[in-house]
Amino acid sequence: MPELERHSFDVLVIGAGGAGLRAAIEAREHGMRTAVLCKSLFGKAHTVMAEGGIAAAMGNVNSSDNWQVHFRDTMRGGKFLNNWRMAELHAQEAPQRVWELETYGALFDRTKDGRISQRNFGGHEYPRLAHVGDRTGLELIRTLQQKIVSLQQEDYKEFGDYEERLRVFQEFTVTDLVKDGDRIAGAFGYWRESGRFVLFEAPAVILATGGIGKSFKVTSNSWEYTGDGHALALRAGASLINMEFIQFHPTGMVWPPSVKGILVTESVRGDGGVLRNSDGKRFMFDYIPEVFKDKYADNEEEADRWYTDQANNRRPPELLPRDEVARAINSEVKAGRGSPHGGVFLDVSTRLPAEEIRRRLPSMHHQFKELADVDITAQPMEVGPTCHYVMGGVEVDPDTGSSSVPGLYAAGEVSGGMHGSNRLGGNSLSDLLVFGRRAGAGAAEYVRAMDERPVVAEETITEARATALKPFQQEGGENPYTLHMELQQSMNDLVGIIRRAGEMEEALQRLEKLKERAQSLTVEGHQQFNPGWHLALDLRNMLLVSECVAKAALLRTESRGGHTRDDHPSMDAEWRRKLLVCRASGDGAVVEEKPQIPIRSDLLDLFERTELEKYLTAEELS
Amino acid sequence: MSYQGKFRVWRGDDSGGALEDFTVEVNEGEVVLDIIHRLQATQAPDLAVRWNCKAGKCGSCSAEINGRPRLLCMTRMSVFDESETITVTPMRTFPIIRDLVTDVSFNYTKAREVPSFAPPKDLAPGEYRMQQVDVERSQEFRKCIECFLCQNTCHVVRDHEENKEVFSGPRFLMRVAELEMHPLDTADRVDQAQDDHGLGYCNITKCCSEVCPEHIHITDNALIPMKERVADRKYDPIVWLGNKLFRRS
Ligand SMILES: Cc1cc2nc3c(=O)[nH]c(=O)nc-3n(C[C@H](O)[C@H](O)[C@H](O)COP(=O)(O)OP(=O)(O)OC[C@H]3O[C@@H](n4cnc5c(N)ncnc54)[C@H](O)[C@@H]3O)c2cc1C
Ligand code: SF4
Ligand code: SF4
Ligand code: FES
Repeated sequence: MPELERHSFDVLVIGAGGAGLRAAIEAREHGMRTAVLCKSLFGKAHTVMAEGGIAAAMGNVNSSDNWQVHFRDTMRGGKFLNNWRMAELHAQEAPQRVWELETYGALFDRTKDGRISQRNFGGHEYPRLAHVGDRTGLELIRTLQQKIVSLQQEDYKEFGDYEERLRVFQEFTVTDLVKDGDRIAGAFGYWRESGRFVLFEAPAVILATGGIGKSFKVTSNSWEYTGDGHALALRAGASLINMEFIQFHPTGMVWPPSVKGILVTESVRGDGGVLRNSDGKRFMFDYIPEVFKDKYADNEEEADRWYTDQANNRRPPELLPRDEVARAINSEVKAGRGSPHGGVFLDVSTRLPAEEIRRRLPSMHHQFKELADVDITAQPMEVGPTCHYVMGGVEVDPDTGSSSVPGLYAAGEVSGGMHGSNRLGGNSLSDLLVFGRRAGAGAAEYVRAMDERPVVAEETITEARATALKPFQQEGGENPYTLHMELQQSMNDLVGIIRRAGEMEEALQRLEKLKERAQSLTVEGHQQFNPGWHLALDLRNMLLVSECVAKAALLRTESRGGHTRDDHPSMDAEWRRKLLVCRASGDGAVVEEKPQIPIRSDLLDLFERTELEKYLTAEELS
Repeated sequence: MSYQGKFRVWRGDDSGGALEDFTVEVNEGEVVLDIIHRLQATQAPDLAVRWNCKAGKCGSCSAEINGRPRLLCMTRMSVFDESETITVTPMRTFPIIRDLVTDVSFNYTKAREVPSFAPPKDLAPGEYRMQQVDVERSQEFRKCIECFLCQNTCHVVRDHEENKEVFSGPRFLMRVAELEMHPLDTADRVDQAQDDHGLGYCNITKCCSEVCPEHIHITDNALIPMKERVADRKYDPIVWLGNKLFRRS
């Protein structure tokens, strides 16, 4: 066996998206020797694709905005299932995190008086999203990347080495976490380029690996989203919550087939775009749910007036939370009122001058022109739901991001709780910054307080290596690409946007079979930059996480946010008080109920009683 | 509306390689990256390629198609004739790792050599005030997705390995310009551009701007204005000539 490459750090951050980079900056600023590991090149993580903006109640455009309003919107969006402490911290700290980005060099779009401009988005009462055109994620990731560089330059000045206290390992995949007893001791993985294995010894590991969307066929997510962090946490003994809640974004591209699922930003609607069916009707007026009736306009005149006068009009129903809009589109298509390629029409061309569309939505304009031959300044787009975001993730302590495993932290999309059953647009980028920073600080504190460092046992390494090499040792087994396609099809069809008990049971049976077949995958070629091998290893994570999703979804017999049951169509206040918790067991997952922590009373007081009655049980209200 | 397309894809590693021929299905609306993925799934499971977003936003999938530097995910198959053989090769300026994947660490090294944003000391977070017109110049450069196609194309390094040491390339000269034009940056970057990043090597051929998938006016809006600022301090014949040839209206 070749000599194993080894590194030792205080804090190991897995993931170089917004959450991972913000966590690494914080850990480093707390004096920790920190490493960031990521599967892609530095600066290419999923965060780069975010379009619309970062939600933060700075009140720059409407001074009535404040953290309490943002908190309320977040809880409503998540149908009150959110971890309220996370929602509170998030609403309170998001403005500081955004302003801090300016000190790192970010250049957001401005208001007339020179402040950061804020735009409207679904579910947010006031214009709240700081943005840069429709490429906000690029600005966020580049800014954090450049901040990392600036910290490295400080180290270079002080020590003559850029990487003295902060180092990025790019195109590196973690396959297993390693432990010493019940504590985290590091991580094991391989260089994608060479296929060589590396052991990282570190007393604290922060998971910031993003989501799971690659288990679904139609998705806005990239190849990286194989749920690695979710699976690593499970296998290390941590628990996941809310895995049944998956956000299907209402507007993904539907044509041509090769781009099906690619996101069309919600800003199109925030800036005036409307949804129409094949009869030319703005159908969203027919889909305003009872709980939102007093906040959304029920006629076109009022909805249109809202864009210029928000104080005296209700919002257009196109800006309802994403779960509502996605279901509405689904129903229209099912009723035979869809567009030629099975979506509905999203039109901004009749709503804004061409020049304005090009200025506000440059990358959408570009994307449709280049990929679909559609000029959005002159024609409507065809759109339909696409798997976009997982609300569920690692169960963490809100203040520090720590999981139930000592030394293991999580932040960003891989963590669970903050968004409840449904995330509002723009609340992810702010989540990354708020909880990335908190996890970085939490991990640093943990390391500082520790007397003795964990040690990695040699057997653990041998085992991790053997697992990773297995696909090369077998001949005549299955092609990982085939298995992946079958998994995606099953999850899409059977645990998708509308769910039924029978279908989910079938999904679970199929998952069992896929798990068996995955035992005998065969990979051609060698270890050097071999995508077939990479996929074979990712499949193990996708299968485990998909099992959590399907099992939790089957258990929750109500509809709420990103979980819609055809056989249990209404929301049930009793279910709001319960979380479904997933743990690893054998080579699969088990799901159990756990009571939700009651909302603190001063936070409850922020809502009208009549509103709380829609969500809480009589017992909770008394 | 499918047809069998003819492809030649470079396969190999740092020890050598060759173009390999493939015949593969092409469907309506597809881009070159879709075809590469179909090759992986059906004929060459270990074919190495980088990609993430598949929507021209991340800058991972850079390569050369029929010799032209382009993003694989934004090159539609419909721009080619059905009978045409399409050749896909890795970026030429960077060392090969495998197949279509190159070692782009040159760019990360150069990125690290550009001194970072120097914030104003007297403003607390939240107190920054800037006008939209003033941020727009730098915002154009911040659209950069770091695909490194401009770096790959610029002849100063494409044909002259030895210049890599002293020349940061269009992407990072543009980064210097971006900071120089940032309304609140407090550092002086003009001499740096010339002395540390090799701005003088650029003879404003605009090849970088031509391949930029973000259509950033690298030469006109970043490099020439930087050269002008340098020229205000030193005499530079190329700027003088450039001003004559490419005077902006
Ligand atoms: C098209 C699109 C548009 C969006 N727009 C918005 C928006 O406007 N506003 C908003 O708030 N949210 C938006 N979102 C959601 C938001 O972008 C994501 O939820 C968020 O960026 C996730 O960030 P993250 O830091 O958690 O993870 P990511 O940015 O996804 O980063 C994950 C990192 O983990 C690494 N990683 C994963 N597994 C491993 C492993 N095994 N080993 C090593 N490294 C690993 C990856 O390489 C990557 O670096 C959008 C999402 C999409 C897809
Ligand atoms: S304009 Fe300058 S930087 Fe751009 S390709 Fe020509 S020489 Fe290179
Ligand atoms: S400037 Fe354009 S070509 Fe150069 S790296 Fe950036 S996006 Fe790519
Ligand atoms: S895959 Fe992101 S630019 Fe092509």
